[in-house]
Amino acid sequence: MILLLFFLNIILVEANAIEPNEILENKELEVQARIIGKELRCLVCQNEDIQNSNADIAKDLRKIVRLKLTEGQSKEEIIEFIHSKYGDFVLLSPPLRFNTAGLWLLPISFFIFLTFYFFRKR
Amino acid sequence: MISKEIPEFSIESLNGKKFTNLDIENEEVIILNFFASWCPPCRIEHPQLLKLSNNTPVFGIAKKNEKKDLLPWLAELGSPYEIIGMDHNGLQSINWGVYGLPETFIIKEGLVKYRHVGPILKRDLEIFKNLTNN
Repeated sequence: MILLLFFLNIILVEANAIEPNEILENKELEVQARIIGKELRCLVCQNEDIQNSNADIAKDLRKIVRLKLTEGQSKEEIIEFIHSKYGDFVLLSPPLRFNTAGLWLLPISFFIFLTFYFFRKR
Repeated sequence: MISKEIPEFSIESLNGKKFTNLDIENEEVIILNFFASWCPPCRIEHPQLLKLSNNTPVFGIAKKNEKKDLLPWLAELGSPYEIIGMDHNGLQSINWGVYGLPETFIIKEGLVKYRHVGPILKRDLEIFKNLTNN
């Protein structure tokens, strides 16, 4: 039982790379910062968000998110600022636009195609 | 960032004066190099920057570099820089969309025309010479 709890604790609790001196005093803003952090990609990592990465750029991005929150900027403004500096790649959820339509539509089209293929009448 | 206007900025420079976008946005062509004395590839590209500075003004932004570490490094290797901005907290690098060090921009009349990620090697000098019309 203890072993199970131990393993569940490891699996379910997300380790993040936020250092104590980064954490904002205002708890609401800190929560906002973490929500935003989950949507931003660590640009030099393999598919990590900025919360979970030790990379220098992730740390700096976390810093700037918190700084802008304390200045009163909104989540949308902050994400748009970072998006304007680093492009679509910094967004973990790529925007749905004409040139990203393929990204979104291909997997589901493939799945539908396969379903029909395997269930066709012989 | 390519063919985009350079961002507005105002940071302290190594000699204490302000370094701002006004210092570079009207120049015909300049090179802006993000570097640090603690960055080994920056040391590797330094000779190329010195060469380029003979024909094109080179400006630098030192990321997270203390003056006491930067000054001996420049004394040892030489300085190609007209002005060196000090980016102590890394926020200026984010302002320019920099991923890591070194990164170098060629800027013509306030527009970013080329971005070089990583050290400028000898074989990269050709591209730089062509783009700076030298």
